[in-house]
Amino acid sequence: MATTTYFPESVGQTEALPLPSRLHEWIVTVDHKRLGILYIATALFFFAVAGVLAALIRLQLAYPNNTFLPPDVFNRLMTMHGTTMVFLVGMPFFAGLANYLTPLMIGARDMAFPRLNAFGYWIFLFGGILLYFSYVAGEGLAGHGTAPDVGWFAYAPLTERAFSRGTSTDYWILAIILAGIGTTASAINVIATIISMRCKGMTLAKMPLFVWLMLVVSSMVLFILPPLTAGQMMLLLDRYLGAHFFDTQAGGSAVLWQHFFWLFGHPEVYVLMLPGFACASEIIPVFSRKPMFGRAAMIGATVAIGMVSSGVWAHHMFSVGMSTWSNVFFGAISMVVGIPTGIKIFNWLGTMYGGKIRFDTPMLFCIAFLFQFLIAGLTGVMLAVVPFDWQVTDSYFVVAHFHYVLLGGLLFTLFGAIYYWFPKATGKMLSETLGKWHFWLLVIGFHLTFDTLHFAGILGMPRRIYTYAPGRGWETLNLIASIGVIFQAAGVACLIWNIIRSLRKGAPAGNDPWDAWTLEWATTSPPPEYNFAVLPEVRSSRPLWDLKHPEDPDWRYE
Amino acid sequence: MTPSIANETGSIGKADGLEQAGAIEQPGWTLPDRGRVGVLCLFATEFALFSIFVVAYVFYIGKSLSGPTPSQVLELPIWATICLLSSSVTVAIAERALKGNRIQQFKFWTAATILLGLEFLRNTAVEWRHLIQDFHLTITTNLFGTTFYSLVGLHATHVAIGLTLLLLALVLGLRGSMQGQARRFELLSWYWHFVDAVWVAVFTVVYVIGR
Repeated sequence: MATTTYFPESVGQTEALPLPSRLHEWIVTVDHKRLGILYIATALFFFAVAGVLAALIRLQLAYPNNTFLPPDVFNRLMTMHGTTMVFLVGMPFFAGLANYLTPLMIGARDMAFPRLNAFGYWIFLFGGILLYFSYVAGEGLAGHGTAPDVGWFAYAPLTERAFSRGTSTDYWILAIILAGIGTTASAINVIATIISMRCKGMTLAKMPLFVWLMLVVSSMVLFILPPLTAGQMMLLLDRYLGAHFFDTQAGGSAVLWQHFFWLFGHPEVYVLMLPGFACASEIIPVFSRKPMFGRAAMIGATVAIGMVSSGVWAHHMFSVGMSTWSNVFFGAISMVVGIPTGIKIFNWLGTMYGGKIRFDTPMLFCIAFLFQFLIAGLTGVMLAVVPFDWQVTDSYFVVAHFHYVLLGGLLFTLFGAIYYWFPKATGKMLSETLGKWHFWLLVIGFHLTFDTLHFAGILGMPRRIYTYAPGRGWETLNLIASIGVIFQAAGVACLIWNIIRSLRKGAPAGNDPWDAWTLEWATTSPPPEYNFAVLPEVRSSRPLWDLKHPEDPDWRYE
Repeated sequence: MTPSIANETGSIGKADGLEQAGAIEQPGWTLPDRGRVGVLCLFATEFALFSIFVVAYVFYIGKSLSGPTPSQVLELPIWATICLLSSSVTVAIAERALKGNRIQQFKFWTAATILLGLEFLRNTAVEWRHLIQDFHLTITTNLFGTTFYSLVGLHATHVAIGLTLLLLALVLGLRGSMQGQARRFELLSWYWHFVDAVWVAVFTVVYVIGR
């Protein structure tokens, strides 16, 4: 058998530096792998913070007429939970995965613009810190130390100066603009890397699906973040210079912000979701021991999702009083998104069909993702039906729907990705036992919480309320939903313990613990700073398979 | 059979070849320049940003509750437009000069570009002073003022950024350190052309359609 590595085993890179020097190296680094790890570690930190906020919210809602949290605190928790999860967890997770894996997968030594990469990370981090600094310095209706309390959507004109006094809303605006600049820098970098840094022979057709999906996501980011940034700039002009963009008393529109926000907000869901798809598209084939079924259809469906999803934003606005034809148009287009998404589900199922499936932790998370994401998609199609939406909009049905997408869909694949690529990034395996505990606790907790919330929503429970009166049939459902949080928290605790334990005494991973096919497994774990001692040359979409099986390489059939 | 690994610059360590060149250069394998790709991506996102401000401007045409209206106060900025559009030509000449290593010409045409850009900004300043002092139109007056100053101001900000970068290039040129920077200056000239193209759109929307 031929060599299966592009890196000579004898060359090590371990150097014992004193702790200050090591920390200094992390701060000044422009290495895409270190920045990727920084992104993901930061995302996990903010995930824990926002998870605590969610737990407090569920604790407040566990019983009717609960007085655990006052209403103004509840509003702040709700705003910070949503904002954090979208901008400080989902987006940096995307940036971190793209940063760490893209150059490795395309056989490059770094990103196209390493310094821009570091700039993007640090400006994102300071955006996140600025957002939470509002708990110390923000001024609002509730006085000093008020965090933003306007919802993650910050609907103008309610965020105008007349209604949102003080500075807490400005913290939201400025923090998100900063984080957005960081994300844009990342997206530009990812695109330039993918277009210009691929190793010899890696045509677009032979690129790993992960890289393809990251290309689509990054292209979407370029076009969808500006509507939010522009809207926020207008809001700042309104708040500080007395402009009238969203000022209804001067003839301004009360709906314009919603259009700008959802023009960003809906494609954003796909920007968050596609990295999850990207991870699933790498993990499922490897653990089914089959190449991806319908690769070209998968790529086409991704591009289609990217384009169609940018034209569906107003389905978040069916109840604001748009014209009938607008409602019909946006309802119909929203259902069309179901087609490419359905194609993807069949791609993954077709990959698993007839495969020799290995039920390791990464694969378990991906299988659960398939089930849960399918249900999330089905409730999504229900919500695209305008009359149905009128019934359940702003209810817990919507909350349950998008938590099914983002938790049941995205978070599960991201956890799968952590189990899959952790050995590459650290050289240590995560424990399978703890991993399975993590998985099952999370599955149970997730379904306890979010299955029941669908029913609470159908029974009319509005979202964003800080408490509710007894006797409407919501009590049991809410109590079960809150109990589910305990299981979810226990699951995440398993992950954190697993990571700490493995870093200290995990089993060594070797270069290629999963017997995978993409180039990141062809170098050492963790990879050296320059990734590959010699730049690879590829001839098929599974270069490592070709190296391992010279008698039956893929390029003969592609 | 061993895998064929063709690579001439396979030295261990930070690959020097990669730091210098814009793209991976291997025999028979050339990819687009990463700087160009990056700048085009920047244009895409800037284009989207301007689009939203243009949409807001168009959406609010004629919706102001009080005067003054665009037709009462706006005049076609013909001279400013001529200055800005011709600066695209001068920057292109400067770029060619730098590529041909004709540094004297490069400095002259870069300076000409900067002067034309400054003249454009001076015209904007005069126009705004006229609007504010004579017509009492500020960003707080009405929806027209709000959308006008923010859209034109956003473009003027981009002109100012471009001028700063051009000034930097000129200073570096005067100090004799622009040799071999043709690739970078090309990207700057692209940015300048982009700012020009945006002006054509702003001019059309604000001074032609909106009036």
